[in-house]
Amino acid sequence: MSPSEVDMKAYEEFLKGIWRENPVFVQVLGMCPMLAVTNTAVNAIAMGGATTFVLLGSSFLISLLRRFVPKEVRISTYIVVIATFVTAADFLLQAIVPAVHKELGAFISLIVVNCLILGRQEAFASKHSVRFALADAAGMSVGFTIALFLLGASREVLGFGSLFGVPLFGSTFEPWVVMILPPGGFIMLGLLLLIGNAWKQRRLQASKLERRAA
Amino acid sequence: MADLLWIFIGAALVQNFTLSYFLGLCPFFGVSGRLDVAFRLGLASTFVMCIASAGAWALESYVLVHAPYLRLITFIVVIASTVQFVEMAVKKLSPGLFRALGIFLPLMTTNCAILGLALFQTQKGYGFVQGQVFALGGGLGFTLALVLMAGLRVEAQLSDVPSVIRGTALNLIIAGILSLAFMGFAGLFGEA
Repeated sequence: MSPSEVDMKAYEEFLKGIWRENPVFVQVLGMCPMLAVTNTAVNAIAMGGATTFVLLGSSFLISLLRRFVPKEVRISTYIVVIATFVTAADFLLQAIVPAVHKELGAFISLIVVNCLILGRQEAFASKHSVRFALADAAGMSVGFTIALFLLGASREVLGFGSLFGVPLFGSTFEPWVVMILPPGGFIMLGLLLLIGNAWKQRRLQASKLERRAA
Repeated sequence: MADLLWIFIGAALVQNFTLSYFLGLCPFFGVSGRLDVAFRLGLASTFVMCIASAGAWALESYVLVHAPYLRLITFIVVIASTVQFVEMAVKKLSPGLFRALGIFLPLMTTNCAILGLALFQTQKGYGFVQGQVFALGGGLGFTLALVLMAGLRVEAQLSDVPSVIRGTALNLIIAGILSLAFMGFAGLFGEA
Protein backbone atom coordinates (compact mmCIF):
# COMPACT_ATOMS: atom_id res chain seq x y z
CA MET A 1 0.00 0.00 0.00
CA SER A 2 1.22 3.48 -0.76
CA PRO A 3 1.30 6.01 2.10
CA SER A 4 -1.81 7.83 0.86
CA GLU A 5 -3.72 4.54 0.68
CA VAL A 6 -2.75 3.79 4.27
CA ASP A 7 -4.03 7.20 5.27
CA MET A 8 -7.28 6.56 3.43
CA LYS A 9 -7.76 3.26 5.20
CA ALA A 10 -7.00 4.73 8.60
CA TYR A 11 -9.51 7.48 7.88
CA GLU A 12 -12.12 4.88 7.01
CA GLU A 13 -11.47 3.04 10.29
CA PHE A 14 -12.01 6.36 12.01
CA LEU A 15 -15.28 7.10 10.23
CA LYS A 16 -16.85 3.69 10.78
CA GLY A 17 -16.88 4.24 14.55
CA ILE A 18 -18.83 7.43 14.16
CA TRP A 19 -21.53 6.22 11.87
CA ARG A 20 -21.69 2.73 10.42
CA GLU A 21 -20.56 0.90 13.56
CA ASN A 22 -21.47 3.48 16.17
CA PRO A 23 -20.78 1.76 19.49
CA VAL A 24 -23.99 2.97 21.11
CA PHE A 25 -26.64 3.10 18.44
CA VAL A 26 -25.49 0.19 16.29
CA GLN A 27 -23.56 -2.14 18.56
CA VAL A 28 -25.35 -1.19 21.80
CA LEU A 29 -22.17 -1.53 23.85
CA GLY A 30 -21.08 0.30 26.97
CA MET A 31 -24.59 0.96 28.14
CA CYS A 32 -23.91 0.94 31.87
CA PRO A 33 -21.78 4.08 32.17
CA MET A 34 -23.76 5.66 29.40
CA LEU A 35 -27.14 5.54 31.05
CA ALA A 36 -25.90 6.21 34.55
CA VAL A 37 -24.20 9.54 33.97
CA THR A 38 -26.08 11.10 31.10
CA ASN A 39 -28.55 13.17 33.06
CA THR A 40 -26.84 16.40 32.01
CA ALA A 41 -24.88 17.37 28.93
CA VAL A 42 -21.77 18.32 30.94
CA ASN A 43 -21.61 14.94 32.69
CA ALA A 44 -22.08 13.20 29.38
CA ILE A 45 -19.16 15.05 27.84
CA ALA A 46 -16.92 14.42 30.85
CA MET A 47 -17.71 10.73 30.64
CA GLY A 48 -17.07 10.75 26.90
CA GLY A 49 -13.73 12.47 27.47
CA ALA A 50 -12.61 10.01 30.12
CA THR A 51 -13.62 7.07 27.96
CA THR A 52 -11.77 8.57 24.99
CA PHE A 53 -8.61 8.89 27.06
CA VAL A 54 -8.80 5.30 28.27
CA LEU A 55 -9.68 3.88 24.88
CA LEU A 56 -6.92 5.71 23.02
CA GLY A 57 -4.32 4.87 25.66
CA SER A 58 -5.14 1.21 25.97
CA SER A 59 -5.56 0.68 22.21
CA PHE A 60 -2.15 2.24 21.67
CA LEU A 61 -0.43 0.11 24.29
CA ILE A 62 -2.14 -3.14 23.39
CA SER A 63 -1.49 -2.67 19.71
CA LEU A 64 2.21 -2.14 20.52
CA LEU A 65 2.28 -5.24 22.70
CA ARG A 66 0.19 -7.42 20.40
CA ARG A 67 3.07 -9.73 19.44
CA PHE A 68 4.21 -10.28 23.03
CA VAL A 69 0.99 -11.08 24.83
CA PRO A 70 0.31 -14.84 25.00
CA LYS A 71 -3.13 -15.78 23.77
CA GLU A 72 -4.14 -17.55 27.01
CA VAL A 73 -3.77 -14.53 29.24
CA ARG A 74 -4.75 -11.83 26.80
CA ILE A 75 -8.03 -10.85 28.43
CA SER A 76 -6.41 -10.43 31.84
CA THR A 77 -3.63 -8.41 30.26
CA TYR A 78 -6.13 -6.12 28.54
CA ILE A 79 -8.06 -5.65 31.75
CA VAL A 80 -4.96 -4.72 33.71
CA VAL A 81 -3.87 -2.25 31.02
CA ILE A 82 -7.34 -0.72 30.92
CA ALA A 83 -7.54 -0.53 34.71
CA THR A 84 -4.23 1.34 34.76
CA PHE A 85 -5.48 3.95 32.33
CA VAL A 86 -8.77 4.27 34.19
CA THR A 87 -6.92 4.90 37.43
CA ALA A 88 -4.96 7.64 35.67
CA ALA A 89 -8.16 9.14 34.22
CA ASP A 90 -9.76 9.05 37.66
CA PHE A 91 -6.92 11.03 39.23
CA LEU A 92 -6.74 13.43 36.29
CA LEU A 93 -10.43 14.28 36.51
CA GLN A 94 -10.16 14.68 40.25
CA ALA A 95 -7.35 17.17 39.76
CA ILE A 96 -8.83 19.14 36.87
CA VAL A 97 -12.60 19.20 37.45
CA PRO A 98 -13.32 18.10 41.03
CA ALA A 99 -17.01 19.02 40.82
CA VAL A 100 -17.66 16.76 37.84
CA HIS A 101 -15.54 14.02 39.39
CA LYS A 102 -17.73 14.11 42.47
CA GLU A 103 -20.88 13.90 40.40
CA LEU A 104 -19.68 10.94 38.35
CA GLY A 105 -18.32 9.17 41.44
CA ALA A 106 -17.75 5.46 41.11
CA PHE A 107 -18.80 5.48 37.48
CA ILE A 108 -15.37 6.73 36.44
CA SER A 109 -13.84 3.60 37.95
CA LEU A 110 -16.51 1.57 36.25
CA ILE A 111 -15.09 2.52 32.84
CA VAL A 112 -12.87 -0.53 33.40
CA VAL A 113 -15.81 -2.78 32.76
CA ASN A 114 -17.15 -0.82 29.81
CA CYS A 115 -17.60 -3.63 27.28
CA LEU A 116 -16.87 -1.17 24.48
CA ILE A 117 -13.25 -0.76 25.53
CA LEU A 118 -12.47 -4.42 26.10
CA GLY A 119 -14.36 -5.22 22.91
CA ARG A 120 -12.19 -2.90 20.82
CA GLN A 121 -8.99 -4.37 22.26
CA GLU A 122 -10.11 -7.91 21.54
CA ALA A 123 -11.64 -7.23 18.14
CA PHE A 124 -9.30 -4.62 16.75
CA ALA A 125 -6.25 -3.30 18.61
CA SER A 126 -4.81 -6.76 19.22
CA LYS A 127 -4.80 -7.52 15.49
CA HIS A 128 -3.79 -4.25 13.84
CA SER A 129 -0.85 -1.90 13.72
CA VAL A 130 -0.65 1.11 16.01
CA ARG A 131 -1.83 3.58 13.40
CA PHE A 132 -5.03 1.69 12.59
CA ALA A 133 -5.66 0.87 16.23
CA LEU A 134 -5.48 4.55 17.10
CA ALA A 135 -7.74 5.50 14.19
CA ASP A 136 -10.26 2.89 15.26
CA ALA A 137 -10.10 3.96 18.91
CA ALA A 138 -10.51 7.63 17.98
CA GLY A 139 -13.52 6.87 15.78
CA MET A 140 -15.20 4.72 18.41
CA SER A 141 -14.54 7.36 21.08
CA VAL A 142 -15.99 10.16 18.98
CA GLY A 143 -19.02 8.02 18.13
CA PHE A 144 -19.47 7.14 21.80
CA THR A 145 -19.12 10.75 22.92
CA ILE A 146 -21.60 11.98 20.31
CA ALA A 147 -24.12 9.40 21.44
CA LEU A 148 -23.55 10.27 25.11
CA PHE A 149 -23.98 13.93 24.32
CA LEU A 150 -27.23 13.34 22.41
CA LEU A 151 -28.62 11.32 25.27
CA GLY A 152 -27.36 13.70 27.96
CA ALA A 153 -28.56 16.82 26.19
CA SER A 154 -32.02 15.48 25.46
CA ARG A 155 -32.43 14.28 29.05
CA GLU A 156 -31.23 17.59 30.44
CA VAL A 157 -33.52 19.61 28.18
CA LEU A 158 -36.56 17.56 29.17
CA GLY A 159 -35.69 16.95 32.80
CA PHE A 160 -34.23 20.30 33.87
CA GLY A 161 -35.40 22.54 31.02
CA SER A 162 -31.82 23.65 30.46
CA LEU A 163 -28.75 22.88 28.37
CA PHE A 164 -25.25 23.11 29.88
CA GLY A 165 -26.97 24.64 32.91
CA VAL A 166 -28.49 27.48 30.86
CA PRO A 167 -32.28 27.58 31.23
CA LEU A 168 -34.05 27.35 27.90
CA PHE A 169 -37.74 27.79 28.49
CA GLY A 170 -38.24 30.43 31.15
CA SER A 171 -39.99 30.03 34.47
CA THR A 172 -43.23 28.54 33.18
CA PHE A 173 -41.54 25.27 32.18
CA GLU A 174 -42.59 22.29 34.26
CA PRO A 175 -39.55 19.98 34.35
CA TRP A 176 -40.15 16.40 33.30
CA VAL A 177 -38.38 14.99 36.33
CA VAL A 178 -38.57 11.35 35.33
CA MET A 179 -36.17 12.01 32.46
CA ILE A 180 -33.24 12.68 34.78
CA LEU A 181 -34.10 9.69 36.98
CA PRO A 182 -33.04 6.16 36.03
CA PRO A 183 -36.21 5.20 34.08
CA GLY A 184 -35.75 8.26 31.88
CA GLY A 185 -32.35 6.96 30.79
CA PHE A 186 -33.77 3.67 29.59
CA ILE A 187 -36.75 5.26 27.91
CA MET A 188 -34.77 8.03 26.23
CA LEU A 189 -32.22 5.63 24.77
CA GLY A 190 -35.09 3.40 23.66
CA LEU A 191 -36.70 6.37 21.90
CA LEU A 192 -33.42 7.37 20.22
CA LEU A 193 -32.96 3.82 18.95
CA LEU A 194 -36.58 3.84 17.81
CA ILE A 195 -36.00 6.98 15.76
CA GLY A 196 -32.92 5.38 14.24
CA ASN A 197 -34.89 2.25 13.36
CA ALA A 198 -37.71 4.24 11.81
CA TRP A 199 -35.25 6.19 9.69
CA LYS A 200 -33.51 3.00 8.56
CA GLN A 201 -36.82 1.34 7.63
CA ARG A 202 -37.93 4.35 5.70
CA ARG A 203 -34.71 4.43 3.74
CA LEU A 204 -35.01 0.74 2.99
CA GLN A 205 -38.54 1.26 1.68
CA ALA A 206 -37.45 4.23 -0.42
CA SER A 207 -34.67 2.22 -2.03
CA LYS A 208 -37.12 -0.62 -2.73
CA LEU A 209 -39.54 1.78 -4.42
CA GLU A 210 -36.72 3.24 -6.46
CA ARG A 211 -35.70 -0.19 -7.67
CA ARG A 212 -39.27 -0.98 -8.63
CA ALA A 213 -39.56 2.26 -10.56
CA ALA A 214 -36.32 1.66 -12.41
CA MET B 1 -29.75 -6.56 62.95
CA ALA B 2 -32.17 -3.94 61.65
CA ASP B 3 -29.18 -2.27 60.09
CA LEU B 4 -28.29 -5.40 58.12
CA LEU B 5 -31.89 -5.87 57.02
CA TRP B 6 -31.93 -2.33 55.70
CA ILE B 7 -28.70 -2.90 53.78
CA PHE B 8 -30.18 -6.06 52.29
CA ILE B 9 -33.47 -4.53 51.20
CA GLY B 10 -31.75 -1.35 50.10
CA ALA B 11 -29.43 -3.24 47.79
CA ALA B 12 -32.09 -5.63 46.51
CA LEU B 13 -35.03 -3.32 45.92
CA VAL B 14 -34.66 0.37 46.72
CA GLN B 15 -31.34 0.87 44.98
CA ASN B 16 -31.57 -2.10 42.70
CA PHE B 17 -28.21 -2.42 40.96
CA THR B 18 -29.60 -2.87 37.51
CA LEU B 19 -32.68 -0.72 37.52
CA SER B 20 -31.49 2.29 39.44
CA TYR B 21 -27.69 2.22 39.10
CA PHE B 22 -27.59 0.81 35.56
CA LEU B 23 -25.09 -1.85 36.52
CA GLY B 24 -24.89 -5.17 34.74
CA LEU B 25 -26.89 -4.08 31.74
CA CYS B 26 -25.04 -6.25 29.24
CA PRO B 27 -26.23 -9.56 30.72
CA PHE B 28 -29.52 -7.86 31.62
CA PHE B 29 -30.28 -7.38 27.93
CA GLY B 30 -28.15 -10.24 26.66
CA VAL B 31 -29.38 -13.26 28.62
CA SER B 32 -32.87 -12.20 29.54
CA GLY B 33 -34.34 -13.98 26.52
CA ARG B 34 -35.00 -17.17 28.48
CA LEU B 35 -36.36 -17.40 31.97
CA ASP B 36 -34.40 -20.38 33.31
CA VAL B 37 -31.05 -19.20 31.96
CA ALA B 38 -31.65 -15.74 33.37
CA PHE B 39 -32.39 -17.17 36.80
CA ARG B 40 -29.24 -19.28 36.90
CA LEU B 41 -26.99 -16.52 35.62
CA GLY B 42 -28.40 -14.34 38.37
CA LEU B 43 -27.50 -16.92 41.00
CA ALA B 44 -24.00 -17.41 39.57
CA SER B 45 -23.49 -13.64 39.67
CA THR B 46 -24.70 -13.53 43.26
CA PHE B 47 -22.11 -16.12 44.18
CA VAL B 48 -19.31 -14.20 42.45
CA MET B 49 -20.51 -11.02 44.15
CA CYS B 50 -20.26 -12.57 47.61
CA ILE B 51 -16.71 -13.79 46.96
CA ALA B 52 -15.72 -10.50 45.35
CA SER B 53 -17.11 -8.62 48.32
CA ALA B 54 -15.07 -10.73 50.75
CA GLY B 55 -11.97 -10.31 48.59
CA ALA B 56 -12.48 -6.57 48.31
CA TRP B 57 -12.92 -6.31 52.07
CA ALA B 58 -9.72 -8.25 52.76
CA LEU B 59 -7.75 -6.22 50.23
CA GLU B 60 -9.16 -2.97 51.51
CA SER B 61 -8.31 -3.64 55.14
CA TYR B 62 -4.86 -5.23 54.72
CA VAL B 63 -3.31 -4.11 51.44
CA LEU B 64 -4.93 -1.02 50.02
CA VAL B 65 -4.45 1.08 53.14
CA HIS B 66 -0.85 1.23 52.02
CA ALA B 67 -1.45 1.68 48.31
CA PRO B 68 -4.93 3.08 47.55
CA TYR B 69 -4.12 3.73 43.89
CA LEU B 70 -4.00 -0.03 43.25
CA ARG B 71 -7.65 -0.47 44.20
CA LEU B 72 -9.12 -0.85 40.74
CA ILE B 73 -6.44 -3.20 39.47
CA THR B 74 -6.53 -5.52 42.46
CA PHE B 75 -10.34 -5.64 42.53
CA ILE B 76 -10.57 -6.56 38.91
CA VAL B 77 -7.97 -9.30 39.31
CA VAL B 78 -9.91 -10.80 42.23
CA ILE B 79 -13.10 -10.73 40.19
CA ALA B 80 -11.46 -12.19 37.11
CA SER B 81 -10.04 -15.12 39.05
CA THR B 82 -13.34 -15.79 40.82
CA VAL B 83 -15.13 -15.79 37.50
CA GLN B 84 -12.56 -18.20 36.08
CA PHE B 85 -13.22 -20.51 39.02
CA VAL B 86 -16.98 -20.31 38.63
CA GLU B 87 -16.62 -21.00 34.93
CA MET B 88 -14.68 -24.20 35.61
CA ALA B 89 -17.18 -25.26 38.26
CA VAL B 90 -20.19 -24.68 36.03
CA LYS B 91 -18.54 -26.47 33.12
CA LYS B 92 -17.95 -29.51 35.31
CA LEU B 93 -21.23 -29.55 37.23
CA SER B 94 -23.73 -28.46 34.60
CA PRO B 95 -22.55 -28.61 30.98
CA GLY B 96 -26.02 -27.67 29.74
CA LEU B 97 -26.01 -24.41 31.65
CA PHE B 98 -22.45 -23.80 30.49
CA ARG B 99 -23.58 -23.94 26.86
CA ALA B 100 -26.69 -21.86 27.48
CA LEU B 101 -24.74 -19.06 29.14
CA GLY B 102 -22.12 -19.04 26.42
CA ILE B 103 -20.11 -15.86 26.24
CA PHE B 104 -21.90 -14.29 29.19
CA LEU B 105 -20.14 -16.52 31.69
CA PRO B 106 -16.59 -15.21 31.01
CA LEU B 107 -18.11 -11.79 30.44
CA MET B 108 -19.08 -11.75 34.09
CA THR B 109 -15.59 -10.37 34.62
CA THR B 110 -16.74 -7.20 32.94
CA ASN B 111 -20.11 -7.23 34.65
CA CYS B 112 -20.20 -3.78 36.15
CA ALA B 113 -22.58 -4.95 38.86
CA ILE B 114 -19.80 -6.99 40.45
CA LEU B 115 -17.07 -4.36 40.29
CA GLY B 116 -19.64 -1.73 41.21
CA LEU B 117 -20.57 -3.70 44.29
CA ALA B 118 -16.94 -3.89 45.42
CA LEU B 119 -16.48 -0.16 44.86
CA PHE B 120 -19.71 0.91 46.53
CA GLN B 121 -18.93 -1.30 49.50
CA THR B 122 -15.62 0.51 49.92
CA GLN B 123 -17.27 3.88 49.44
CA LYS B 124 -19.84 3.15 52.12
CA GLY B 125 -17.21 1.76 54.49
CA TYR B 126 -18.96 -1.59 55.09
CA GLY B 127 -17.26 -4.23 57.20
CA PHE B 128 -17.13 -7.93 56.36
CA VAL B 129 -20.63 -8.95 57.47
CA GLN B 130 -22.24 -5.82 56.09
CA GLY B 131 -20.40 -6.41 52.82
CA GLN B 132 -21.69 -9.98 52.60
CA VAL B 133 -25.26 -8.85 53.23
CA PHE B 134 -24.85 -6.07 50.69
CA ALA B 135 -23.51 -8.56 48.12
CA LEU B 136 -26.33 -11.01 48.79
CA GLY B 137 -28.95 -8.28 48.50
CA GLY B 138 -27.38 -6.82 45.37
CA GLY B 139 -27.05 -10.24 43.76
CA LEU B 140 -30.61 -11.28 44.53
CA GLY B 141 -31.86 -7.90 43.33
CA PHE B 142 -29.96 -8.42 40.10
CA THR B 143 -31.47 -11.90 39.77
CA LEU B 144 -34.94 -10.50 40.41
CA ALA B 145 -34.48 -7.83 37.73
CA LEU B 146 -33.17 -10.42 35.26
CA VAL B 147 -36.06 -12.79 35.88
CA LEU B 148 -38.70 -10.04 35.68
CA MET B 149 -37.16 -8.79 32.46
CA ALA B 150 -37.04 -12.28 30.98
CA GLY B 151 -40.72 -12.79 31.82
CA LEU B 152 -41.69 -9.49 30.23
CA ARG B 153 -39.66 -10.20 27.12
CA VAL B 154 -41.32 -13.58 26.65
CA GLU B 155 -44.68 -11.81 26.86
CA ALA B 156 -43.55 -9.12 24.44
CA GLN B 157 -42.51 -11.72 21.91
CA LEU B 158 -46.02 -13.11 21.81
CA SER B 159 -47.76 -9.79 21.46
CA ASP B 160 -48.31 -7.78 18.34
CA VAL B 161 -45.66 -5.07 18.40
CA PRO B 162 -44.91 -2.80 15.41
CA SER B 163 -41.80 -4.07 13.68
CA VAL B 164 -40.01 -0.75 13.92
CA ILE B 165 -39.71 -0.94 17.70
CA ARG B 166 -38.78 -4.62 17.98
CA GLY B 167 -35.37 -5.49 19.35
CA THR B 168 -33.24 -3.31 21.57
CA ALA B 169 -35.54 -0.29 21.48
CA LEU B 170 -38.43 -2.32 22.87
CA ASN B 171 -36.24 -3.93 25.52
CA LEU B 172 -35.00 -0.55 26.66
CA ILE B 173 -38.48 0.86 26.99
CA ILE B 174 -39.66 -2.22 28.89
CA ALA B 175 -36.66 -1.80 31.20
CA GLY B 176 -37.59 1.85 31.65
CA ILE B 177 -41.10 0.94 32.75
CA LEU B 178 -39.74 -1.76 35.07
CA SER B 179 -37.35 0.78 36.54
CA LEU B 180 -40.25 3.17 37.02
CA ALA B 181 -42.04 0.46 38.97
CA PHE B 182 -38.98 -0.11 41.16
CA MET B 183 -38.88 3.58 41.98
CA GLY B 184 -42.00 2.90 44.00
CA PHE B 185 -39.78 1.16 46.56
CA ALA B 186 -37.94 4.40 47.18
CA GLY B 187 -40.37 5.47 49.90
CA LEU B 188 -40.19 2.10 51.66
CA PHE B 189 -37.87 3.14 54.48
CA GLY B 190 -37.87 6.90 54.12
CA GLU B 191 -34.73 8.56 52.89
CA ALA B 192 -31.94 6.08 52.10
